[in-house]
Amino acid sequence: MDFIIDHLLSLILFIPVAGAVIITLLPKDQVGAIRWVALITTLFPLGLSLVLWTRFDSHAAGFQFVEQAPWFTVINSSYHLGVDGISVVMILLTAILMPLAVLFSFSITEKVKAYMALFLLLGTGMFGVFMTLDLILFFLFWEAGLIPMYFLINIWGSANRQYASFKFFIYTMAGSLGLLLAIQTIGITLGSFDMLNAIEKWPTFAGAIYGIPATTIRAAAFWAFTIAFAIKVPVWPFHTWLPDAHTEAPTAGSMILAGVLLKLGAYGFLRLVLPLYPAEAKFYAGALAFLALMAIVAGALASFGQTDFKRLVAYSSVGHMGFVVLGIAVAAVARDSEIFKGHAIMAANGAVLQMFNHGLSSAGMFLLVGVIYDRTHTRNLNDFGGLFPLAPVYGGILIFTSMASLGLPGLNGFVSEFMVVRGAWPVYTVITAIGMLGLLMTGAYILKGIQKVLHGPVNQRWAGHRLEISRREVIAIAPLLALMLVIGVWPAWLVSVINAAITRMMG
Amino acid sequence: MNFPFLSVITFTPAVASLLILMMPGERKTEVRATALAAGIFATLLAVYVYLAYDQSLGGYQFVEKFAWVPQFGISYHVGVDGMSAPLVLLTAVVMLTGVLISWGIDDRPREFFAFLFILATGVFGVFVALDLFGLFFFYEIAVFPMYLLIAIWGWQVTREYAAMKLTLYLFIGSVFSLVGALAMYYVSGLGTFDMLALEKANFSVEFQRFWFPIVFFGFAVLGGIFPFHSWSPDGHVAAPTAVSMFHAGVLMKLGAFASLRVGIMLLPEGARFHMPWIVLLTVVNVVYGSFIAMVQKDMKYMIGFSSVSHMGLVAMAFTTLNRVGYVGAGMQMFSHGVMTALFFACVGMIYDRAHTRLMPELGGMSKKMPFVAVAFIIGGFTSMGMPGLSGFAAELPIFLGVWNARAADVVREYPAWLQWVAAMAQTPWYFPTIAVVSAIAIVVTAAYVLRAVQRVFFGEISHDHDHHVGDVTVLDKVALAILCAFMIGIGVYPAVMATLVDTGVTPILKLLGVA
Repeated sequence: MDFIIDHLLSLILFIPVAGAVIITLLPKDQVGAIRWVALITTLFPLGLSLVLWTRFDSHAAGFQFVEQAPWFTVINSSYHLGVDGISVVMILLTAILMPLAVLFSFSITEKVKAYMALFLLLGTGMFGVFMTLDLILFFLFWEAGLIPMYFLINIWGSANRQYASFKFFIYTMAGSLGLLLAIQTIGITLGSFDMLNAIEKWPTFAGAIYGIPATTIRAAAFWAFTIAFAIKVPVWPFHTWLPDAHTEAPTAGSMILAGVLLKLGAYGFLRLVLPLYPAEAKFYAGALAFLALMAIVAGALASFGQTDFKRLVAYSSVGHMGFVVLGIAVAAVARDSEIFKGHAIMAANGAVLQMFNHGLSSAGMFLLVGVIYDRTHTRNLNDFGGLFPLAPVYGGILIFTSMASLGLPGLNGFVSEFMVVRGAWPVYTVITAIGMLGLLMTGAYILKGIQKVLHGPVNQRWAGHRLEISRREVIAIAPLLALMLVIGVWPAWLVSVINAAITRMMG
Repeated sequence: MNFPFLSVITFTPAVASLLILMMPGERKTEVRATALAAGIFATLLAVYVYLAYDQSLGGYQFVEKFAWVPQFGISYHVGVDGMSAPLVLLTAVVMLTGVLISWGIDDRPREFFAFLFILATGVFGVFVALDLFGLFFFYEIAVFPMYLLIAIWGWQVTREYAAMKLTLYLFIGSVFSLVGALAMYYVSGLGTFDMLALEKANFSVEFQRFWFPIVFFGFAVLGGIFPFHSWSPDGHVAAPTAVSMFHAGVLMKLGAFASLRVGIMLLPEGARFHMPWIVLLTVVNVVYGSFIAMVQKDMKYMIGFSSVSHMGLVAMAFTTLNRVGYVGAGMQMFSHGVMTALFFACVGMIYDRAHTRLMPELGGMSKKMPFVAVAFIIGGFTSMGMPGLSGFAAELPIFLGVWNARAADVVREYPAWLQWVAAMAQTPWYFPTIAVVSAIAIVVTAAYVLRAVQRVFFGEISHDHDHHVGDVTVLDKVALAILCAFMIGIGVYPAVMATLVDTGVTPILKLLGVA
């Protein structure tokens, strides 16, 4: 037991790899066994992250469950893991979504072995980003998640998958390049890649780096970090890879892509950009808030304009993640202000909670799109219509999830978006006000989606088809629905943990 | 006396070659079995040397020395340090996997394996030689069989041209180096070819500055340095699979290694003087090589130019003259060796079955040979420096080394027409700019590797290939698995190689006066 507690993070991190290895050793035609091994493997990190959640002390300062071991000593990079309140929440989200996505993937029939193995490796990549306290390891896991996702889209995606996967990969890779160069600069300057050391020394590092004043280098490195994370979030105008990737990816891939992968970018802002570049983040926060506003508005408008159900949901992610970035921008600009500090903390809390909530609702929405696509083989909204009587359970779940996504009070989306807007209002009044219009548009496109799919005259094309959601799929989405309701009614259990971490981070 | 590990490793292939030549030509299976046995034996010994090398002591170990031609101060003197031990292992691994994937060669396998093994002896010899004469001796042994291997077993379309071009380039390069070596021998006045003695010869500054570029470039031709790289893609393409593996996997390291051992270590003052401008050539290698790779249609040409790009990183690492950079160089030599051997093995397997290497004509190969697809993809990600694979573990220190590099003050003494370089090199942003520019190659590499993976392994398979292409043999899979294991192992835990290479870097830095 002590061993498990002492190595909790490593176990969460590497059990998926072990599962992937077991799967590659199984014979190809044992599809059932492969699926169950994958599912059971993902349950271990879930159980362990619940242990992590209960044992985590949100009042204690600093990082907990720290593990450190020599790794690449020649360049002063070590295997250094640890979690704080923000990462614990993200680990929990990842651990919850993984088994659900695997369960939904039971409908995959082609190359099941490779699919499941890649999926588990993707899990390790994501867990790693949320845990690591070393810049090189951070980059390692950041990139490592890219490879499985590339293949999930490229092999199991729909018609235009080659284009979409290539675009996704090159886009992210180009962003990562600046990140890597900036990380190298930090490592060279400070002589170590340790994140805690960098957070302590980098913001105030004075003197020349390569003969250029440190402030200039820091500003350049700030933009390198920001663009890399902005591509991943994605912030307008770096979002164009997302609709393609989401639309072409297999359903479970979209669930993880929207549910967790986008959060990696936002997490990067919170974990690295704010602590490493407080002055630069403050200086450029206005630009970031503007981009966030554009994401909210453009995402909502674009979403409204879609006829492809999956694209509609994909663009809605751009808008919802815009609120996360808005919250981060507010935190950046107002964190050391006497008057606005409380608002900044509120907005940052909202941003983290929104990351969690959007993870739940977007995964749910993509799952539901996948369900209907599996049965009708179309995602075109104009091909649907009046499906409610044909699939009453599905219709109910779709409406419930849509309402959470739309931000209906009493469900989770409302709480976090309210917190962001509430914190942002006094700081960026105009931007927030325009952003509220984006919220209005959210209502419009969500209702458009529901109306086109469920209501109106019954499209006779589907009469007699079995469209109802299966029991396995209900099991896959039920935990998400429950969490949406619980967080909507009683968010305190999450917010208290997030708030403690945010308050400490803001000093 | 202790067991002469290094001599046994070096001459195992030569002995196997003799045995094979004594066998009747039609006993192909026996020939192959002998080759395989020799490959396994050499690999086991190389692994032992790698693991038994005492890192706390450092320096040259497993040393053997006895007089060879004492009248001229020539001795048979071998030993390994942290730089060469990984390369000995690399050679053994490529030799073993080369035998495995050449199992199916039916055209005169006896002569093929015999020549290949003579070449292997030459390569081992260069990596372990501590005597300048011995080094040249083995160097020429390594280069000459290449001509026959390409001209006889190569790709019919270009083999005469490529074999001739390659041999001329390499011979001319080595002649320059040889002249430099003779100059060192006479000027030192020590009457010895022993490199450990020549390291302490205290050549005059003028001597070092004059001879360094001659010796360095003479060897670096074989390392594929721009603008002397053009033999290499032609040679790679024309060579049969196992020879391409040897050629790109090991032979190019021979050039890089010799330019380090003879050029940088014996003429350190010359290195300090010349490296600040040589680094500009290596940038061309890295960036231009990757762009040329991107426009290739022939898979083998693509990999050939990617080798030019990746070996450019080794040369670039040499120019940093600091610890991290040199550790990166050592690791990149190994990493690129296994990676490119894997690439050529995969291409060979595809070509043997589909009879084309043109990417537009291929497609859907992952259905027919899934194992090759996975291996090629792992190699591809290694090549684009994906974290968790050996390429990242090697390229990261190189980039860190470049960021950290500073041009020595002696650049002020450049001739007038090079003063513009001197002016740039003295600025603190010179090397950082080079790091940023070279990083472009990472994205370009990602683009061409992904494009190749998509075109060749996914997408539609042509009707003809659908019927005729089959999966690879078990031996092929074993070979690919061995190579992949190295890339993953080093990538996940770089310390298995980095600490060893680090011990080899310390004496180099001492010679350079920067330790």
